[in-house]
Parts: sequence; C-alpha cells; structure tokens
Amino acid sequence: MLTKRIIPCLDIKNGRTVKGINFVDLRDAGDPVELAKIYSDEGADELVFLDISATEERRKTLVDLVRKVASTINIPFTVGGGISSVEDVEILLQNGADKVSINSSAVKNPKLINDLAQKFGSQCVVVAIDAKQIDGQWIVHLVGGKVPTELTLFDWAKEVEERGAGEILFTSMDNDGTKNGFANEALAKLSSLVNIPIIASGGAGNIQHFVDSFTVGKADAALAASVFHFKEIEIKELKIELKNNNIEVRI
Amino acid sequence: MKIVIINYGAGNIQSIMFAIERLGFKAVLSNNPDEIKAADKVIFPGVGEASSAMKMLLESGLDSLIPTLTQPVLGICLGMQLMCNASEEGNTKGLGIFDVDVIKFTPKVKVPQMGWNQIYNLKSPLFDGIAENEYMYLVHSFYAPDCAESIATTNYEVEYASALQKDNFYGTQFHPEKSGDVGEKILGNFLKL
Repeated sequence: MLTKRIIPCLDIKNGRTVKGINFVDLRDAGDPVELAKIYSDEGADELVFLDISATEERRKTLVDLVRKVASTINIPFTVGGGISSVEDVEILLQNGADKVSINSSAVKNPKLINDLAQKFGSQCVVVAIDAKQIDGQWIVHLVGGKVPTELTLFDWAKEVEERGAGEILFTSMDNDGTKNGFANEALAKLSSLVNIPIIASGGAGNIQHFVDSFTVGKADAALAASVFHFKEIEIKELKIELKNNNIEVRI
Repeated sequence: MKIVIINYGAGNIQSIMFAIERLGFKAVLSNNPDEIKAADKVIFPGVGEASSAMKMLLESGLDSLIPTLTQPVLGICLGMQLMCNASEEGNTKGLGIFDVDVIKFTPKVKVPQMGWNQIYNLKSPLFDGIAENEYMYLVHSFYAPDCAESIATTNYEVEYASALQKDNFYGTQFHPEKSGDVGEKILGNFLKL
C-alpha cells in the first residue's frame, strides 16, 4: 500500500540551517546537508528545504546547496522560497531537486503553475498555501501569513489542481507554532475536494497529532520542523507509533 | 565500465548521476548514437509528459536507436513508459519494446500516486538480494498493467507492473535513485548485469 509520508522541513538562510537545532551528534548544527543525511537515515520519507534568505547571492548559494544535498541523500526533496519563474525552477531541477514549492508567486501569477506543469510535469510542482480563518472563512495569506488575499483556501486549492499542481502543501497559520495539532477539519475538507495529495503543515506537537492528521485530516503526508529539530519527536519512534495505529508507513 | 545516460531533454538526470557516483561509478550524458551504442550500460530516464518527451526523442532520432540496443538498458519512470507500445497520456505511440499499453489511474484514487509503495512478485536479476515488499519511491499518474513482462508488481487502485523486463531491456516505474539504500542496491544490480 502507498504509505503516509513524514516530511521534516528545514529553513535555510544563506545556505545555512536556521532556527535552534538540537542535535547533539551534529558536528555543525547549521549544515543543512548533514541534517538532511540524519533525517534521511532516521526514516524521513522526503525533505523540504525552505529558503528564507533575501540576499542577492541567494540563488547561487541555494543552487550549491541543492547540488550538495542531491549528491548526499537518496530520498526525494523539495525546494521552496522565492521561486518565481520557469528559469528558477529549471536551474533547481537541473541541480538535483525533485520538486519545487511555489507560494506567493503562484498567487500573483497563477499561470506559472500551468507553465511549470507543462514544462517539467505536475509531479514536481508543489503549491504551498498558507491560510487562516477570518470570520469563519479560510483566507489565503502571503508573505509568511502576513498579507491577506481575496482568495479562499478551497477555491484556490481547486484552481491550483486544475492548473496542474501535483501536490498541495497546506499550512494553517492558526495552528502553526501552537503545537496543538493540525487543522484537521480543513485538511479533511481539502482532501475530499481535490484529487491530488495533500501535505499537512502547522501545529505538530506530539505523536497523536500526526495520527490525527492522517485519520481525521485524511492527509497524505505531514510536515513539521521544530518537533523534529529539537528531537521532541524522533522520526523512528513516530513511525512505529503510526504503524501501531494501523497507519501504513515505511519502516 | 562505460555508463551512458540518454540525454534527450526530459528527466531529472542529476539525481541519477549522483546515485551512480555513490555506487562508485561515473556516468556520462549523451545523445550521440555511437557513444550510446558503445556503452556497457544505458540508462533511459524521463519525467514529465509522455507526448512531449516522445517528441523530443523523435527529434533526436533516438527513437529508432533504443530498440536496437543489445547491452542492458534501464528505463526509469517515464522512460519505462515510453518503452511500452503506447501511452494513454497524449495518445502517444511508444517504442514498442514492452508489449503493454500504459493507461491512467481513475479518480477513485489520488492522482498522481506520490510516495512510497511496496514492490512484490519480484523475478529478475535486477532484484537479487532484494526482499519482497520493500518500499520504493513512485510519482506517476499513468501505469503499465500487470502483463507477461512484469518483473515486479505494486498495488495502487489495481495490481500493476512496477517493473518490466524483456531480454536486455529493463524498466522501473519507481525511482531507484530516490528510493533510499534499497533503491540504490537495485541500481547497483543493474550495473552488475
């Protein structure tokens, strides 16, 4: 059976991992390649690298990083952050990235989704959607959740699927950072509305939250950052617990 | 050993190059017929859409070369699909190496299938030392139905052929270069053929 996927997310700034990372066995806690290798060895199913740097040099450092990661690990990985053109994607894929994640650029220029799907195939186009509830409506936000748009989560999700996205990475801004669990109700609705895989993001605090994201939220994959970085949850242990809950995982 | 990865403009070639390097070999990228013919092993990658990939293959003239190769050839993902008779995707005529037509998953399941799924009914030297039901990484919307040339099957909506073999031609729907250590071992088995 197709398994549910566990995806650690690494924030990258100028080629280095940011956010406090609590790996005692790391020689260099800021080295994304070494972290990626550890996660891969622990049984992560995929990795997401989110580039949050804003310097002029960012593209070059990111490309160098992508090459190093691709030469070291043998599981799929996605690169996101500041990708706004076909050329941006081409260079990342040429250097070994498997998928790219686009967010604000897709909202600003929805045709980018069509162009990427046509040129590289839907399988490498992940559309990330950040949304939070305003007056009972899930509203899509940009710039890390700061700027509201006119779009609702469900309409936008339908549209990105029609335009050729291969996967949706949905982050609930209401849940992100709370460690109170994923936005399971919205996830389940999303999962029934579109027929492409959904990655749940935002709110992971304990193992039960991951169980719920799959059983209640019907997610295909769950993404988290700090619970993995701080070793509050170990991927091996998480997967064993998921299996104990009759959730198909790769162990 | 000379390993050539066919370069026709479709495929995440870098990942395969790196995987081969991790196995201790070097591969070269080529669209030169003489270089491809002279190789010990040929890898035929492919991602994206079938009809546009086939178009690139026709433009390069490699469509007539590939079926005549006599050394071990491994098609990966879309590469495998293009080695079949035809694909429903873009009504594409394939290379006709594997006698099966590629069709689409129905909306009863999420399409594409994306992630890790098991391979079983393994029967080929490609899977020497590989246990039944190992997990491989797959991303695809179209599939080859189970057939006489199946050397591995996977279940997603139906039981389908996740690997094919005919004589010196091998194909895997999964990505051995992205399927962890087990995938790398399968790639290593191919290089040992």
